[in-house]
Amino acid sequence: MKPSRTSKAKPAGGKASSEPKYRLRLYVAGQTPRSVQALSNLQRICEEHLAGNYKVEVIDLLQKPQMAAGDQILAIPTLVREIPKPARKIIGDLSNVERVLLGLEVLPAGS
Amino acid sequence: MPRLIEMPVNKAASGTQSLPKTPTGIAGFDEITFGGIPKGRPTLVCGGAGCGKTLFGIEFLVRGATEFGEPGVLLSFEESVQDLVMNVASLGFDLPRLQRARKMAIDYVYIDKSEIAETGEYDLEGLFIRLNGAIESVGAKRVLLDTPEALFAGLSDTGVLRSELRRLFRWLKEKGVTAVITGERGEGTLTRHGLEEYVSDCVILLEHRVQNDTVTRRLRVLKYRGSTHGTNEYPFLIDQKGISVLPVTSLSLQHQVSTRRVSSGMAALDEMLGGRGYYRGSSVLVTGTAGTGKSSMAAHMVDAACRGGERAAYFSFEESPGQIIRNMRSVGIDLGRWVKRGLLRIESVRPTAFGMEMHLVRMHAILEEHRPKAVVLDPITGLVGGSSEHDISGMVLRIVDFIKAKGATGFFTALTAEDDLQSTSISISSLVDTWLLLRNIEVNGERNRLLYILKSRGMAHSNQVREFLLTSKGVRLREVYLGEGNVLTGSARVAREAEDRREELRRRREDGRRETALRASLAAVQAKIATLQAEEQTFHQDLSEAVEQGVSRRKAVASDRDALERSRGGR
Repeated sequence: MKPSRTSKAKPAGGKASSEPKYRLRLYVAGQTPRSVQALSNLQRICEEHLAGNYKVEVIDLLQKPQMAAGDQILAIPTLVREIPKPARKIIGDLSNVERVLLGLEVLPAGS
Repeated sequence: MPRLIEMPVNKAASGTQSLPKTPTGIAGFDEITFGGIPKGRPTLVCGGAGCGKTLFGIEFLVRGATEFGEPGVLLSFEESVQDLVMNVASLGFDLPRLQRARKMAIDYVYIDKSEIAETGEYDLEGLFIRLNGAIESVGAKRVLLDTPEALFAGLSDTGVLRSELRRLFRWLKEKGVTAVITGERGEGTLTRHGLEEYVSDCVILLEHRVQNDTVTRRLRVLKYRGSTHGTNEYPFLIDQKGISVLPVTSLSLQHQVSTRRVSSGMAALDEMLGGRGYYRGSSVLVTGTAGTGKSSMAAHMVDAACRGGERAAYFSFEESPGQIIRNMRSVGIDLGRWVKRGLLRIESVRPTAFGMEMHLVRMHAILEEHRPKAVVLDPITGLVGGSSEHDISGMVLRIVDFIKAKGATGFFTALTAEDDLQSTSISISSLVDTWLLLRNIEVNGERNRLLYILKSRGMAHSNQVREFLLTSKGVRLREVYLGEGNVLTGSARVAREAEDRREELRRRREDGRRETALRASLAAVQAKIATLQAEEQTFHQDLSEAVEQGVSRRKAVASDRDALERSRGGR
């Protein structure tokens, strides 16, 4: 894991789709165990339930503190669903998969 | 009973070991806390909705940025930046200008519970980062958090919130910024979520109450660790210039006294007051029932001050400036010209227009601005309008003291009841230096005014009662007619005087007659004397002729004998 920006975009099934369905932003503050935990939880959930149709951006507020105000970030870690609109926020280490999916308004895969 | 304002002795502010303080710049507040709020520590300002706590915080920041060279950060949890900017613009606080000048940073922290889901552990590092960023961006020395309690509405994990708030306040202390944290008053607690547990250095409580349909705001310093502070409830108000806490000046009985005298504007009254009028800087009270001429006396004093080229202020609670000028012209006092020349300011306001403290702060502002040497409150009892008696005596004391402290002569009129002339409803009579009493007496179907000097500290003064006349040329004082064990005034006195004049005339005529008669007798005697003198003259002549004849006859006889002897003895 890189501390700064980790982008993952997988065009589903090889079909050309420039915009992924989900664009997510994870705000962390340095390499704290909680941040690491949140990122690995997020990656797992995305792999399992978003079927590659997503893009995640990780923002470290220690390096870009000015980013905090724009998205009204208070709690760390905070996951922001930028697309689709309206924006949603999930705070915490994302350890509860069901609540994360509920927050992202994503139906669990295989249901 | 007038209550003296108890103020702790100001030792802490001057002592070297005292707690460093940051002046808020809020009028009056720094006086009651002897310097402001604790420097580099958080201070909690709590109170109910609309009590002015946000304003307190913003004024603290604005004054810091504009007057003390300390930039500030405003972290708002409840109102958006635009709302805040608009709300305080009416008080003359231009937040966008301060932002542009990099003297203030404003961040609006907003949480909408409906768009946030919580899962797993989190902390509020994001808030710290934002606050830190804002502090660094302007080099802030002052911080306002308004109010972090809003977080409790947005986040459900109160355990995390509490520990994070505790960490936040500790962090602020480490940063060395002076912080004001606001909190909404809860049921039975100072703040809804117990912020007072974390912010324990200085706690200020703001309240507003409705009394006699008038709102009064109160401020109290509940706690101030390591410092003395005034423990009373202090009235405060919010006006065009922000917050003012009363007393706006410190109160002590140490004003400079003057031995200079100022004229009362009435020569006869000056005469009664040891010949030279009131002391400059003293307080003069005139009490009397309705229509006894209290305002006219006030106008005389103001007129005298303006004639001497001094400024004066006339606060009226019953008449408009135009009315006062017109009415005083009818007794020959032209106040209009002094207003035109800028020497006199007449301020009229209904006593019920606002609370007592608002009146006082307005007066205070006008006194500071106009710097009058003579101040009239007409009537001081008018102030009673919106407040309880307890408030009044304290407040009146403050204004009387303030006028004194400014070296101005205070002239207060007070309305008294017909049957109880020597008590004023606001019990200030013991505070004043000179107390004049006007009363009506009703005799022979007419009312006449009498003036007494009840007391006048530090000068010889007349014990005489004078009749007080309002003429088209101003107030005249006449000696009353004392006779037959009665004081005669008005037409009774006039009638008596007319009778005196008739008596005098009659006597004068009689005297004239006697004089003529005596003169006639005298003339008769003198005529007699003249006749007798003429007679005397005649007798004198006859006598001398007779003597002469005798001598010549004797000579002739002798010569005849000689001739005879010579002829006989021809021998």
